[in-house]
Amino acid sequence: MAAPLTLLLIVAVTIRAVLFRSSWAELISERVEVVSPLNAWKRVVEGLALLDLGVSPYSGDVFHETPFMIYLFHFVVDYAEIVFMVTDGITAVALYLSIQTYNKNVFRKQKYALESDRYPADCLELLRSPKEMFYIPLKVAMFYLLNPFTILSCVAKSTCGLNNAIIALFILCTLKGSALLSGILLALATYQSIYPLTLFAPALLFFLQRLYIPVNLRRSSFWFFTLQYAFIYVGSLVVITGLSFFLLGSWDFIPSVYGFIFSVPDLTPNIGLFWYFFAEMFEHFRLFFICVFQINVFFYTIPLSIKLKEHPVFLIFMQIAIISIFKSYPTVGDVALYMAFLPAWSHLYRFLRNIFLVSCVLLACSALFPVLWHLWIYAGSANSNFYYAITLLFNFGQVKSLNLISHFT
Amino acid sequence: HTHLNYKLGLTLQNRTSEALTPAAAARDEFQEELVIRPLHSGDIYASFQFRTLWDTDFLQEGQKVSHYRLFPKSLGQVLSKFSVRELHISFTQGFWRTMQWGQPFIPSPPGAELWVWFHDTVSDVDGNWKELTNVLSGIFCASLNFIDLTNTVQPSASFKPLGLGNATDHRFLRYATLPREIVCTENLTPWKKLLPCGSKAGLAVLLKSEKLFHSSFHSQAVHIRPVCQDEQCTSKAWELRQTLNVVFDLYTAGQGKKEWSLFKMFSRTLTEACPLATSSKVYVDITDNPELSPATPLLSQAVVLGDRRTYSVFDLTRAETFGQLRSLNLLLRWKGDGEMLRPLLHAERYVAGFGLQTGEIHTVIYNNHPYRAFPVLLMDSVPWYLQLYIHTLTVTSKSRDNKPSYIHYQPAKDRHRPHLLEMLIQLPPHSMTEVTVQFERALLKWTEYTPDPNHGFYVGSSVVSALVPSMVAMNTNFTQDQPLFSSFVPVKEESSYFVRVYTEPLLVNLPTPDFSMPYNVICLTCTVVAVGYGSFYNLLTRTFQVDEPSLPLAKRLANLIRRIRGVPLLT
Repeated sequence: MAAPLTLLLIVAVTIRAVLFRSSWAELISERVEVVSPLNAWKRVVEGLALLDLGVSPYSGDVFHETPFMIYLFHFVVDYAEIVFMVTDGITAVALYLSIQTYNKNVFRKQKYALESDRYPADCLELLRSPKEMFYIPLKVAMFYLLNPFTILSCVAKSTCGLNNAIIALFILCTLKGSALLSGILLALATYQSIYPLTLFAPALLFFLQRLYIPVNLRRSSFWFFTLQYAFIYVGSLVVITGLSFFLLGSWDFIPSVYGFIFSVPDLTPNIGLFWYFFAEMFEHFRLFFICVFQINVFFYTIPLSIKLKEHPVFLIFMQIAIISIFKSYPTVGDVALYMAFLPAWSHLYRFLRNIFLVSCVLLACSALFPVLWHLWIYAGSANSNFYYAITLLFNFGQVKSLNLISHFT
Repeated sequence: HTHLNYKLGLTLQNRTSEALTPAAAARDEFQEELVIRPLHSGDIYASFQFRTLWDTDFLQEGQKVSHYRLFPKSLGQVLSKFSVRELHISFTQGFWRTMQWGQPFIPSPPGAELWVWFHDTVSDVDGNWKELTNVLSGIFCASLNFIDLTNTVQPSASFKPLGLGNATDHRFLRYATLPREIVCTENLTPWKKLLPCGSKAGLAVLLKSEKLFHSSFHSQAVHIRPVCQDEQCTSKAWELRQTLNVVFDLYTAGQGKKEWSLFKMFSRTLTEACPLATSSKVYVDITDNPELSPATPLLSQAVVLGDRRTYSVFDLTRAETFGQLRSLNLLLRWKGDGEMLRPLLHAERYVAGFGLQTGEIHTVIYNNHPYRAFPVLLMDSVPWYLQLYIHTLTVTSKSRDNKPSYIHYQPAKDRHRPHLLEMLIQLPPHSMTEVTVQFERALLKWTEYTPDPNHGFYVGSSVVSALVPSMVAMNTNFTQDQPLFSSFVPVKEESSYFVRVYTEPLLVNLPTPDFSMPYNVICLTCTVVAVGYGSFYNLLTRTFQVDEPSLPLAKRLANLIRRIRGVPLLT
């Protein structure tokens, strides 16, 4: 399987390199659907320029990246294009290997279940054969690398690609069974943007399942492992945050990064639901609705974990999808990450109703975003309501597609 | 008139009583002056300066002052309450066209500008600043209460004190400008009330609002600073300068003829000097040889703004100035051909780009000196909703990169403070320097827009300050007889003079949300979130049950009867 994967990587790198060298790169890096105030490349360059001028990047309201990004890009800012292409490659390979592992697990479980005769007769057609499952990892990698959303995100040099890489590596380490690496990578992902915190529960469930520890709150073995994993996670988070303090010698980055994510002061339009809502919000209710919207992201973790405790990988996918839809500054790079997982359950597609409708909605919205933006901002013949309507429809389409896919359970 | 006599009587009484008690020998002084300069383009420039010296050593701690003679009480109380060391406030309507009119005596930006140096004993400068702006807002009937932390900056180098003291701690300096502020009669009236003679005697009788505001440029200002009273600086005093600069347009007020008189400009003539003034003079610039009547033998030469000019002087304290009719109406006529002296420093600013997402601010500074290069300090204060990207800052002179030697940049914090950019740029001789910086426009909350959001948002003028090399030796001697217009800015060295140039304010459009839709937006967004919630709830709480196939109606009725009878049911 190495050859097709290598071919895929070469094709993906070629497409990105061609776009980097064309005049589209400038245009794409300005698009609000692809970059947000949290992960725009222009702001990273601005933060580094402020550091050169002797001013802390966090003293203004332009730079909202973590100090880890300053560390990283201080050295590689001249090779940024290569860094982002390599990042995409790493994400694709990580997803490939994790889906391969997942498929092996699924097949093994299926074999045991078949031998112990647990399948009713009319479900036999749903069983998967190794031949069918052979190409799924490649399809997942292809879905990620050749997805237009990913390509746009890479060409715009949005740091969303880096966040996706960290999450993909985390999934790989979890599926390979290494609790230490998984905890460290999850801490890094949480440190970058807070929302991956919700991935703690599915990772924990996966490890418990793998180590044959029953999920019973009265068992001491459950608590023992949970505390171990939580300790690794929280410990790495504390260490990473402490190291960030030592970069600039101040805690300024905490209100600048995490305070910014939670309190949503910047109302730049994006593909999410927050910007127009808080642009038109009455001042009196602002805090209340910020809390409601932020709780909405974290709120589905526990119920979904209870319902999907037998399928932790599916739970990871659902959590990533929920984060991408309901986070405060979503971009198309976040959408691309969860869309990459869809081939993993391709044998269940026949059970999806309305898939045509939902995919048409998503395609149409993606095409209309730049059109209505142009009409509002440049032509002046439309107003913000047009762009807002497409935002609503896009999110509605995403929610509906998630609803469809959740029928897999 | 009787009111004035009564006031005069009181003042004279006070003065005589002061003379009898030598311990409290106060020497308040009031001087007034008017400079009339015909401009090359046919317009005429009139600059009034009223200077009150208040002889009290305020800079000592713990001295409470309650005795006001010529100095207005409202301003004196402001100085003492807020521990102000220097205060400069100006209200301007119109933009000074440097290339057509030359350099003004007192530069000022369009709108309102306020900058204040506080004493270094003040502990809460921001609190004092807030209260000070509100009190000044009441004194001048202007909406200075719009000055708050979102448009106040602390320039580090551009606004050094103009009076005594060499303070360098810019934490005690505050600068704010309101480019949108309009000047009208409501602002002129309280300004005139601060004068010792009011608008009843002296030069202030000319200040009639229906003529003053029918002009291309109108600027009134108040400058308060501590000064030395003599060469050795043995005693200090507070100096209050009230200046009013006005430029009358050739076509709108002048009926197209380069022929001006005091009556044509102000619809009044001068009849007497202010009795409280120790000196009351009118200077008319006759360097370009206009026809002036009535002629006067008194001439004076002064070097101001790097140029030696000749003035005809009319001393209003002498009765023979007014002639037979006991009124002075100056008449000026000139041809206006020949070259005007090009101002050595000139600046322009504009916004480039299209659309409501990004833009670029271009500031162009011209150095018209034929062979000397000199550095200028450029200060830009940009509101927070235009996010500047300092890595896109480029400074080019003669199409080559010109790196500034000093950059002080304080980025903006959303809704807390504006951007402050100060740069020291060396201008090559006879060149044009362009400073460009890119910005992005933010979408604000719907309550943060003004009632007319599509008018745009104003960005205050940039300030270019420089010591321009002078072709003519400047006068560094401190004498009491210097005309006021040449002693406004202290001259430290002979070979250069201080110039401050203000650029145009910018008008920038921001993208607006739809203001009629708050309820709709809240409902629609919450609907999408609720759809998500609903589908997850469904997923999480749905259970599957095997459903019994339902019997047709006939069989159900039969089962009903069978149940009554007690026999087994049909399936």
